[in-house]
Amino acid sequence: MTQTKAAPASGTKRKKSLGQRFVKGLRDYWQYYILLLPALAYFLIFCYGPMYGAQIAFRNFIANKGIWGSPWVGFDHFVRFFKGVYFWDLIRNTLVISVYGLIAGFPFPIILALSLNEVKNDMFKKTVQTITYAPYFISTVVMCGMLIAFLNPSTGIINKFITALGGEAIPFLSKENMFPSIYVWSGIWQGTGWGSVIYIAALSGVSPELLEAATLDGASRMQKIWYVNIPAIFPTMVIMLILNSGSLLSVGYEKIYLLQSPLNTATSEVISTYVYKTGLVSAQYSFSTAVGLFNSVVNLVLLIIVNTIARKLNETSLW
Amino acid sequence: MSAAVKNRIRSSKGDLVFNIFNTIFLIIVTIITLYPLIFVVSASISDPNMVNSGKMWLWPIGFTLDGYNRVFANSDIWIGYRNTIFYTVFGTLLNLAVTIPCAYALAKKSLPGRKFFNFLFLFTMFFSGGLIPLYMLVKTLLLLDTIWAVLLPTAASIWNIIITRTFLETTIPDGLEEAAEIDGCSTFMKFFKIILPLSAPIIAVMALFYGVGHWNSYFNEMIFLSDRNKFPLQVFLRELIIITQMDTNGQTITSTEAQSIAEQQRLAGIIKYSIMVVSTLPIICVYPFLQRFFVKGVMVGSIKG
Repeated sequence: MTQTKAAPASGTKRKKSLGQRFVKGLRDYWQYYILLLPALAYFLIFCYGPMYGAQIAFRNFIANKGIWGSPWVGFDHFVRFFKGVYFWDLIRNTLVISVYGLIAGFPFPIILALSLNEVKNDMFKKTVQTITYAPYFISTVVMCGMLIAFLNPSTGIINKFITALGGEAIPFLSKENMFPSIYVWSGIWQGTGWGSVIYIAALSGVSPELLEAATLDGASRMQKIWYVNIPAIFPTMVIMLILNSGSLLSVGYEKIYLLQSPLNTATSEVISTYVYKTGLVSAQYSFSTAVGLFNSVVNLVLLIIVNTIARKLNETSLW
Repeated sequence: MSAAVKNRIRSSKGDLVFNIFNTIFLIIVTIITLYPLIFVVSASISDPNMVNSGKMWLWPIGFTLDGYNRVFANSDIWIGYRNTIFYTVFGTLLNLAVTIPCAYALAKKSLPGRKFFNFLFLFTMFFSGGLIPLYMLVKTLLLLDTIWAVLLPTAASIWNIIITRTFLETTIPDGLEEAAEIDGCSTFMKFFKIILPLSAPIIAVMALFYGVGHWNSYFNEMIFLSDRNKFPLQVFLRELIIITQMDTNGQTITSTEAQSIAEQQRLAGIIKYSIMVVSTLPIICVYPFLQRFFVKGVMVGSIKG
């Protein structure tokens, strides 16, 4: 996950010119470069290609003139987006859903991992793990299908429980103020088990001697969790937090798009779904690319900021 | 001496209380996770009227296979299944052919330019050109509505490359490679004769990660494909279980879809749960047996590289 430290410089001990080193590297390692080639081609074409194409955000893209032939308009599309009526709504919706998801979703995998780590019975532990990981493998489409079916105001099981308890059926997906909660809590249901794996891995690295010493000192189970286990997985927690905060402005369109209806767009329209609609549905290529580019840049900046803070505070860093 | 015994008794009592609460907590978590899954399976084999009226809330009532009969009578499901299997198998093979050699090369510490390639690949994890430029690229390369539009844009994942690289770095002993080199093994021979056989566990993990990704993916397929004969299962599922139901929630639909949707709506109550089961079953069936591989993959990836 984290970057490795710089490998010791290649076998050439004596200083050679860049050209000489290049030729020697190619001669000694050409077979490695061939193994690397498919991946290199993939990343250059399908990851850096779109980055190159993203320059249409600064142009008025005209299909038959191509990227280079289209007139340069600078930041016009960005300005139009910032001044547009949807701008603050989009930012607010995106941030509400992602910050809510980050805060509500973050503790659950940790609690589950700490709890599983205390189980001595292997059979029970395995069973709980198998069951709690399972939802992660359900596709987004099926997940959303389940949500829509369960939350249906007339036939959904959740409303059946509510009416059975004397309450009134709630048309959940038509209520705009409920959308963030539906999105976030269904995500927690689906992701908690799988999210705990990484913490379980980190917990398996806690030294038994340390726990034994704590036991001899009379520490209770809770105290051992609090003073030994949690500090042990703290670096993992920080890394996960950095990674998550790097995507604060990119709520996935895959799930939101499927749960969206005209009745809840007031809270469910986020930047990524807006990009999809303006770009591929109404074919405003340049404008939509500008919106997407804005999103990517903000994400990158957020990631760098959080990573820098984390490195200053406790020397944990992604790179 | 007696103090130590006392201490042990006290702590074992605390232990017992802790264990009870911990077990109860985990059982509650398990029930919350399991309930929706059991409900879907039960609903798929129950009398639709019982499901819609809420009388069926846990175990099946009025056993019927009508839902499944309808699902299997739907040719879209079969087309989708065929295409999904195709995309999953060939997509995964392509993923492996790109990922494993790349990870091996990057695991070679003395490779000149290793840092550069690492950065070049890692950067794509944190920054992307966006959806529209990708769409335009696929269009420019004349891949729209071809199987390549499904296979190529997801040919590798940097995350999986890192996991594989870490595995190779930590499990293949340096001495082994050196010995092979002394014996006159070329890099290719080393890779195919030594590294690949030793990497069987990570290849399994990667095949599973990528495979599940292909099986569940719908968005790229939805935007890149327009020929219904090429649609994977998830795209048909979206039509069958999302659009039909969203319609009842007030979603406007195009007139061309209206007729088929009206027909599907009549059946939606019966078939929606069956479809969920049919589409998820292959993964849920193999998953318990492969779970330890998945977990191993995450664990390998979480070791600091």
